Amino acid sequence: MTFENSILSLLTFLPLLGAAAILLVPAGQGSTANLSRWIALVTTLVVLALSLVLWAAFDPSNPGFQFVVNHAWIGDNIGYRVGVDGISVLFVVLSALLMPIVVISSWDSVESRVKEYMVVFLVLETLMIGVFVTLDLAMFYVFFEGTLLPMFLIIGIWGGKRRIQASYKFFFYTFVGSVLMLLAMMAMYWNAGTTDIVRLLNHPFPPEMQVWLWLAFFASFAVKMPMWPFHRWLPEAHVEAPTAGSVILAAILLKLGGYGFLRFSLPMFPDASAQFANFVFLLSVAAIIITSLVALVQEDVKKLIAYSSVAHMGFVTMGIFAGNALGIQGAIFQMLSHGLVSGALFLCVGVVYDRMHTRDIAAYGGLVERMPRYAFAFMIFTMANVGLPGTSGFVGEFLTLIGVFQINTWVAFGAASGMIFSACYALWLYRRVIFGALTKDSLRGILDLSFKEKVVLYPLIVLTIVFGFYPAPILDTTAGAVDALVAHYSAAVGLEAEPVVAAAAH
Amino acid sequence: MNSDVTSFASLAPAYPEMFLALAALVLLLVGVVVNKERSVLVTVGAVVVLAVAGFMVVFQGADGVLFNGVFISDSFSRYMKALVIGGSALAIVLSFSNATENGVHKYEYSVLALMATLGMMTMVSANDLMSLYVGLELQSLSLYVVAAIKRDDARASEAGLKYFVLGALSSGMLLYGASLIYGFTGHTNLQEIVVAIANEGRSIGLIFGVVFLLAGIAFKISAVPFHMWTPDVYEGAPTPVTAFFATAPKVAAMALLVRLVMDTFEPITRDWQQIIIFLSIASMVLAAFAAIGQRSLKRLIAYSSIGHVGFALVGLSSGTAAGIEGVSIYMAIYITMTVGLFACLLSLRTVDGYVENIDDLAGLSKERPFVAAIMAILMFSLIGLPPLAGFFAKWHVFLAAIEAQLFVLAVIGVLASAVSAFYYLRVVKVMYFDEPVARFQAVPGELNVIMAVTGFLLVTYYFTVGSPLASLAHTAAGSLL
Repeated sequence: MTFENSILSLLTFLPLLGAAAILLVPAGQGSTANLSRWIALVTTLVVLALSLVLWAAFDPSNPGFQFVVNHAWIGDNIGYRVGVDGISVLFVVLSALLMPIVVISSWDSVESRVKEYMVVFLVLETLMIGVFVTLDLAMFYVFFEGTLLPMFLIIGIWGGKRRIQASYKFFFYTFVGSVLMLLAMMAMYWNAGTTDIVRLLNHPFPPEMQVWLWLAFFASFAVKMPMWPFHRWLPEAHVEAPTAGSVILAAILLKLGGYGFLRFSLPMFPDASAQFANFVFLLSVAAIIITSLVALVQEDVKKLIAYSSVAHMGFVTMGIFAGNALGIQGAIFQMLSHGLVSGALFLCVGVVYDRMHTRDIAAYGGLVERMPRYAFAFMIFTMANVGLPGTSGFVGEFLTLIGVFQINTWVAFGAASGMIFSACYALWLYRRVIFGALTKDSLRGILDLSFKEKVVLYPLIVLTIVFGFYPAPILDTTAGAVDALVAHYSAAVGLEAEPVVAAAAH
Repeated sequence: MNSDVTSFASLAPAYPEMFLALAALVLLLVGVVVNKERSVLVTVGAVVVLAVAGFMVVFQGADGVLFNGVFISDSFSRYMKALVIGGSALAIVLSFSNATENGVHKYEYSVLALMATLGMMTMVSANDLMSLYVGLELQSLSLYVVAAIKRDDARASEAGLKYFVLGALSSGMLLYGASLIYGFTGHTNLQEIVVAIANEGRSIGLIFGVVFLLAGIAFKISAVPFHMWTPDVYEGAPTPVTAFFATAPKVAAMALLVRLVMDTFEPITRDWQQIIIFLSIASMVLAAFAAIGQRSLKRLIAYSSIGHVGFALVGLSSGTAAGIEGVSIYMAIYITMTVGLFACLLSLRTVDGYVENIDDLAGLSKERPFVAAIMAILMFSLIGLPPLAGFFAKWHVFLAAIEAQLFVLAVIGVLASAVSAFYYLRVVKVMYFDEPVARFQAVPGELNVIMAVTGFLLVTYYFTVGSPLASLAHTAAGSLL
């Protein structure tokens, strides 16, 4: 067991160990809840530390997979294979970063069934990290689909009033999409004779088969992202989920779809990807414009942020299928940035929800008078959500727009106009909640950020601004793998790539 | 004809069956002599006998064909026998608590269960249409009595009668099919039938025979459209008896089906494939939709078992070694899930007796967190949600179907499994999302153990049993082709 071949397994399964430890805590005592919280916090902090060690040890100049472990395991088709490359390593760090944050954020706000709550979240962490590190097709599905189970319980048990409908909707939308992907994976195994992702990346699938495989994967990832018009489950799931659930859903689970496009659709089915690129562009621009407009009329804070997530994911899909280095770099950056920003926005909503127990925008107003620190934090994240230069939100959107501009100017035009709408709804939301006169009696006694809330929000502010001014640590990490991916993609599409470039030159 | 039995040692392949037959008779005598209202001795004895038989099958197994070719023992039959014996033994253990209330306290129950198991083992090892029928009838006759063993209960008697009438009909069809096959091939020995079909080609009479034979077996595995008895019998029979019905007999009939179609009817694969694909699709789709409206837990389990038979048949439809492997793994996981499910069901008692309806489970997660957690694991596993064992079961069968290019079947199958998720999730929803209403009584110890073990196996399948089970199934499939 060396560092190289154990770090990823350790990262993946350490949270599970923490969950087992919590299960051993005797139930029904006064200290049960507190002990569970502490175990969860320590576990997630250790995982975070390990993930940072992983990032530090990661060699960005190597475009291939690192820290690889490869064992045949069940039968001859399912293996235990892990490894990370520039595309996946940062998602591991993001997952590990957000977990201690959500544990702290639910320290006081979750009071019922704390033990189960922490167990479910730790299991979820294992599954999320597992998705990003696994290099086996079947195990990817296991982790990918496995996340449904804890999330279903999180929404259903600790959610709001209409939680049952929301949890069902969440489950079925994703499940139906995913089972089709499962069949596609089996077909890939049948064609290539392996479930090893490294080998599949270099396996040329016949073009006519690629179309079907691409569509099946699309069914799953488009729902997960979610892309317009497959997003119907998202607003409800976000609104009904507890704060921590919304954070994880927005910050990590939505990224599984984008990661899937990058890991499977683009490199394994390049011909089909090129063929469907315009289709994806169309849906992306529709997502950016339509959901931004829909967000404008929302009465519920969480729903508004949920719709804005759909719009931001539109930039991601657009960047990915631009198929050039700028677009893909931008898409990855946008996903990571959105993970920080949307997570933080949901935490901000959680802060006032814990105090007032309502998510109606109309119930707030003038919070800046009583909560200046909160107003500041909320402002930073709102600006980052809008994509203000100097915040991390800007870099991703800008890169994807440049990337897609080289391919199709109209798409870039549509997406850019969507950014204006996003400024409208975000700023208007900020005005209605934070500014204005403090006229409502119920808000007069409201308290500013507590110590725990500061611990949760301040690091995210720092990261949002640092990566806004200095995105190099992220872009350098992803560059090698993205360049390799783009080279592989352009080589595979070959002939088709040239007319597209020519058209962009006009 | 020269006998192939030359010495006692040459009977080695049939030792487990012979032991079981003798032991069942001895236990019958013991029961008569002791003659108590409740015979713990016979029940415990039956479990021990099954454990010993299981040990003989697993560790002392010998390959061979006996009794002029009517009996065969190979890796496949031993794999399936191990499942049958395990299912029967666990079903008897499940019947232990509250036996008197369930009407299974009489010593006859355990003896009949042993007899039925012997019949099932004969079915699994049948290499001749005659031994096939003898095994099937030994099993069926024992089960008819077991279904109605709670004599004073109207529902149980009705269930027993229904099972008997429809079972007799199916046996008749099977016998008719067997006689047609004999008539058109001139043989009863399965190996000779293969040769005959391969040499003479398919004839319309033979196809008729195959259809009748498969219809008879479809009844035993309760595949749609021969499933009508299942919900009624599951609901009417005492719960421990239902547990028995839902496990071992299904495996035995499935093993018989696999051997018949993969081995005997191998030359006419195209013909039987259509039938199996139809049974499979009909079972998956009908079960998925019919179960949504169910309020009774046992009826829900009945439809769920119909659906799972459909999924197992997806593997068989492929007609390949990978398909047999898939079915073998599927049945092992299916048995584990079913036993766990019935352990949960039997451990849920209020002052009014056993829990019957799904809504009565409301708030179980607060009242009995352990049972609720196991039940939730089972439900998610039955859906086929990774990383639980139920997913790997589906993985193997659907993989076989994809490799055989049965794409439409596979798509219908996964969509049916998505629909079926709806009713499994409702159980989880009632247990976890609703507020408690009833007070539940303490859970008997042996049920706790069974629940804990099944829960552990389902959750850790990938790490623990997954790999060895796959290689066992691989060997089993290899011996059949």
